[in-house]
Amino acid sequence: MTITPDAIVFWKLGPFPISATLVFTWAVMVLLAGGSWLVTRKLTGGTSVSRGQLLLEIVLNTIRGQIRDVVDTDADRYLPFIGTLFLFILVSNILVVVPGFQAPTGSLSTTTALALCVFVAVPVFGIMNQGLRGYLKTYLQPTWLMLPFNILSELTRTVSLSIRLFGNMMSGTMIAAIALAIAPLFFPTIMNVLGLLIGVIQAYIFSVLALVYIVSAARVHEEQPGGTHNDNKGGSIRGEP
Amino acid sequence: MESLELIGMISIIVAGATVGIGAPITAIGEGWAVSRAMGALAQQPDAAPVISRTLFIGLAMTESSAIYCFVVSMILIFANPFWNHFLGLAGG
Repeated sequence: MTITPDAIVFWKLGPFPISATLVFTWAVMVLLAGGSWLVTRKLTGGTSVSRGQLLLEIVLNTIRGQIRDVVDTDADRYLPFIGTLFLFILVSNILVVVPGFQAPTGSLSTTTALALCVFVAVPVFGIMNQGLRGYLKTYLQPTWLMLPFNILSELTRTVSLSIRLFGNMMSGTMIAAIALAIAPLFFPTIMNVLGLLIGVIQAYIFSVLALVYIVSAARVHEEQPGGTHNDNKGGSIRGEP
Repeated sequence: MESLELIGMISIIVAGATVGIGAPITAIGEGWAVSRAMGALAQQPDAAPVISRTLFIGLAMTESSAIYCFVVSMILIFANPFWNHFLGLAGG
């Protein structure tokens, strides 16, 4: 029994082992990019809209609405990054039902890479929104005594983001494998359905947490002069274990 | 006792204890959060989207401590570094 798809090596390309994680990440990328390309090749604005375009529009509008619920203002600024994270994690979690597919999110390497993207995106969006000085000032909130804790929270939340997704996805495959050994008839199916639900929720959680981190770094400065009238919903969740 | 036997025994006991202690405490906390959220939903059904989103985020954060316990116990059982080290010593 392997706890990570990293251990399954298909073939070696010189010094680089091509593991199952890499291959299935490429598969998900090809599926997402190819599907989007097929649909967006012939976009129409009239009354007769193709099914694929409708699907993509619904997905896009849902993600944009969710982002707007947290941000209130310009949702489109965060849409590409958050939407990409959400769609990639969602598709790789859902494709677990395909036999033989090992979810790339069940490997700590993939989830660490995704969490590092968020780790980099937080200062990038923060500096884009309020400049270098303004962003660095957020580390001194509420007082300069909190500086080490703010830096620590930046690091620990990256770790927790990656381990949360990895643990959830790994536990899904693990429980299915253990259930298969104990009660192979009916029980693994139920656990797989539960695993699908957990996969969708985790994709949502990952992208919402990424959004909350980014927004909380990007908007502290805006509240400074105006007082507390700009009551934020998402920004209050900062510094988590 | 052989060090390999000792490591195996302690690893399995600690792996069970990790999930056995970590998961119930997390479950109590999550049940508490859900019950409060249900109360809030019953009082203010209009605020359902905000409450459920915050509940999901909070549950995910709480859940992660149970997931840490699970990951640690899985590492102890399936990818134990000490076990592999002493197995290598015994084999080589």
